[in-house]
Amino acid sequence: MEQLAIADEAYVHHEPTSFISRYIWSQDHKVIAIQYGMTAIAVGLVALVLSGLMRLQLGFPHSFDFISPSAYYQFITMHGMIMVIYLLTALLLGGFGNYLIPLMIGARDMVFPYLNMLSFWFYLVSVLVLMASFFVPGGSSGAGWTLYPPQAILPGTPGQDWGIILMLVSLAIFIIAFTMGGLNYVTTVLQARTRGMTLMRMPLTVWGIFVATILGLLAFPALFVSALMMMLDQTLGTSFFMPALLSQGEVLDHEGGSPILFQHLFWFFGHPEVYIVALPAFGIVSDLISTHARKNIFGYRMMVWAILAIGVLSFIVWAHHMYVSGMHPYFGFFFAVTTLIIAVPTAIKVYNWVLTLWQGNIHLTVPMLFAIGFIFTFVNGGLTGLFLGNVVVDLPLSDTYFVVGHFHMVMGVSPVLVLFGAIYHWFPKITGRMLNDTLGKWHFWLTFLGTYAIYLPMHYLGILGVPRRYYANLSTDFIPESAQDMNVGITIAALFVAVVQIVFLINLVWSLRHGKKADGNPWGATSLEWQTPETPPAHGNWGPRLPVVYRWAYDYSVPGASRDFIPQTVPGKEGREAEGESQP
Amino acid sequence: MNIIVLFMVAVMAIFVWWVVLQRVTAKTWLEQGVDVDPREADNSGYTPYVAGKLALWVFLVVITSLFLLFVTAYHMRMHLGDWRPLPDPGALWFSTSLLVVASIALQGARYAIVRGQWRLLHSAYAAGGVFALAFLAAQYWVWQQLSDAGYLVASNPANSFFYLLTGLHGVHLLGGLVVWARGGAKLLAGESPRSLRLTVESCSVYWHYLLLLWLGLFALLLRT
Repeated sequence: MEQLAIADEAYVHHEPTSFISRYIWSQDHKVIAIQYGMTAIAVGLVALVLSGLMRLQLGFPHSFDFISPSAYYQFITMHGMIMVIYLLTALLLGGFGNYLIPLMIGARDMVFPYLNMLSFWFYLVSVLVLMASFFVPGGSSGAGWTLYPPQAILPGTPGQDWGIILMLVSLAIFIIAFTMGGLNYVTTVLQARTRGMTLMRMPLTVWGIFVATILGLLAFPALFVSALMMMLDQTLGTSFFMPALLSQGEVLDHEGGSPILFQHLFWFFGHPEVYIVALPAFGIVSDLISTHARKNIFGYRMMVWAILAIGVLSFIVWAHHMYVSGMHPYFGFFFAVTTLIIAVPTAIKVYNWVLTLWQGNIHLTVPMLFAIGFIFTFVNGGLTGLFLGNVVVDLPLSDTYFVVGHFHMVMGVSPVLVLFGAIYHWFPKITGRMLNDTLGKWHFWLTFLGTYAIYLPMHYLGILGVPRRYYANLSTDFIPESAQDMNVGITIAALFVAVVQIVFLINLVWSLRHGKKADGNPWGATSLEWQTPETPPAHGNWGPRLPVVYRWAYDYSVPGASRDFIPQTVPGKEGREAEGESQP
Repeated sequence: MNIIVLFMVAVMAIFVWWVVLQRVTAKTWLEQGVDVDPREADNSGYTPYVAGKLALWVFLVVITSLFLLFVTAYHMRMHLGDWRPLPDPGALWFSTSLLVVASIALQGARYAIVRGQWRLLHSAYAAGGVFALAFLAAQYWVWQQLSDAGYLVASNPANSFFYLLTGLHGVHLLGGLVVWARGGAKLLAGESPRSLRLTVESCSVYWHYLLLLWLGLFALLLRT
C-alpha cells in the first residue's frame, strides 16, 4: 500500500517563482533556515563585539572613556542575552532544526509552512526590538542577563525605564516565535517521517532537536510568565516581584513582592534552556563523529535514552543556580543530588563519543576537528560543573570568575564549536560548494586554542577569589597584582579569537562563489539529507518520489559491503545485493 | 513550585512512556526493510487532519504549562502576608455560564458537521463565537465593576493576579476567535462545509479546553 507523507501534497503546488516569494516571504524550510541562521549569526557578531569591549575594559581599566560603568553593564546584559537566546537557541533550532528535520526524516517541508514563515518573522521582530533598545533614552538594560528584580527595574540600573521594557517585549515575541516553530518541529517529526523512518532510525541530530524542542515548549512559558509579571511591576506598579524598599532615599510604592519568586521562575526556564542548547549540539556532534570516523555511533539506543533522561531531569535541577540566594538545606541537598544525577546520562554520551572514535577510521576533516574539540571543552566545562553543583563548593565560587569560566566552557564554547562543525559539515549541502579546508583548519586551531587561553585562566582567577560582574578589578588585599596581568592576557586572547572569526566569515563568503564544487554526498554519509536528487535540494526536496528508508542511519564500514557506508535508502540484507551490483 | 514540577515531570513521563511504546528497544542496526515500521500495518496518520489535531493538542499542553506556572506563582505569592482576597464578583457566574453555552454550541456544530446537518452547523457555529464574545464582554464588565469599586490592578497582589489571569485567559480566547472568524468567513463564502471539519473540531476542542481552564482559574479565585 502506497503511503503519502502529508508534506507530499506540497509538491503539487507550484514552486515559487518571484524573488520575493522565493527568498523573502518564503515558506520553504530551507530558505527559512538560512534566514534564521543569517539573522542569528549577525546578531551573534554584535554580541561578540560587546564581549570584546568588556574585555578591553577588564584588561585595561580606565583607558577607554566610552566604557562607563553603565555601558559595561549594558554590554554584559546584552552579550549574555543575545548569545544564549538569540544566537544559540535560534541558530540550533531555528536554523539547523529547520534545515535538517525535513531533510533527515524524508519530508518535503515542515507540516505547517506558513506557521514556519511566521516564526521567522516574529524572531526577526524580536531581534529588531532588542537592537532598538541600544538607541532608546537611557540605553539598553544593564540588569545582567538574568534580569533579577528588584534591581532590574530600579533607578540606578542602566536602562531601567526603556531598555528593560524593550528587553522583556523582545523576549515575549521571541517566545511566541519559538512556540510557532516548536509546534512545527514536533508535529513534523511525529507526522511527516517517510516510509520506513521509525523513531529509532532517526539520526541523533533529529532526536536532539526533537527533545530540545519539547523542553523549549514546556520551559519557555516560565520565561514568558516572569517577563510579563516584571513588565507589569515596571509599568503598572504591581508588586509581583518587588518588595517594599527604599530607593535613593525614596519609599517606593511596591510592597510585599518576592524577588526569589522571579528567580524560581527564571531558572525554571533557565536550566532547561541549557539543555535546549546542549541537546541539539549533542545530536549533531554524534552524527559528525560517526560520519567522519566511518564507524557506527556507539550505543545508539543508549544515546537516545540519555537524551530522554537528560530532558526529564533538566526540569528538577533549576535551583542549583540559586544556592547563594539562600534555601533550606534539604532543598540544597536535593538539588545537588539531582545535579549530580544528570551528569550520569551526560557522561554516558561522552563515553559513547569517545568509544565511537575508538578504532574508528578517523578522518581529521574540519567538521571532525570541531567535533573532537567539542568533546574536550565539554568535558572541561562539565567537570567544573560538578564542583559548582555542590552547595558548599558553590557558595565561595559562585560570585567569582570560576563560574564565568565554567559556563563559557560548557555552554558558550562547546555549542559554538558544534555550530562551526555543523556549518562546515552541511555547507556543501546548503550551497553546493565546499568550504576552504586550509582556512577551516586555521580557523579551528586558532579558535580552539584561543578559547582555552581565555577561559582556563578564568578558573584560576576564580579560585583566587576575583569577583565577577565588577566593572574594574582594583587592588584589594587578597588578590595579588599579578591577577591583573592574567586579565590582560585573557583580554589579548579574547580579542585575538574574535578577530580570527573574520577568517571564518571570509571563508563563508569566498566559498559561496569560488569554493570547490561539492557532489551530493561529499562526506560519504548515510543519512537522508545527503541522498537528495539535487544539491542544494530543490523546492520539495525529493523530486517526484519520497525516499524510502530501509536501515538505520549509521551503517558505516559494514563488513562485506563494497563501500564504507550504506545510505539509509539502500534496500537489501546489509546492502550487499544492491551494493554488489556495482562491483566488477 | 511543586505543582509545576509535577506537571512537567508528568508530561515528560507520558512522553517517555509513549517513546517506549515505539519499539525503543529495537536493535535497529540488525534489521533492514520497511516492514519494521509499525505504521506500515495500520496505515493511519499522514494527513493534514491528524497533523492539525496533534499540533492543537501539543499547543494545549504548552498553554497548560503557561497557566500552571502562573498558578504556581500565585500560590507562592499568596503566602507572603500582604494578600487581601478580592470579593467574589457574582457576575463571574454569569460569564461562566456564557462560556459553557459557547462550548456546548461548538460541540453542536461538531455534531452537525459529522452528520451533514448544514443549517444546524451554521447556527451552532455562529452561536459558539457569539457567546464567546459575550463572555469576553462580561469579563470586561467585571473588570469595570471591580476597578470602580476601588480594586485596582496594582493595589494588591490578589487584584494583580485576578486581572492578569482573566486577561490572559481572554487573550487566548481572542486568538481562538480569530480562527473561528476565518472559518466562519469560509463558511459564508460557500466553501464546502466538509473542508471545514478540522476548523470546527479544533475550535470545539479549544473552546472546551478554555472552559476547563476557566473553571480551574475560577475555582482558584473563589477558594482564595
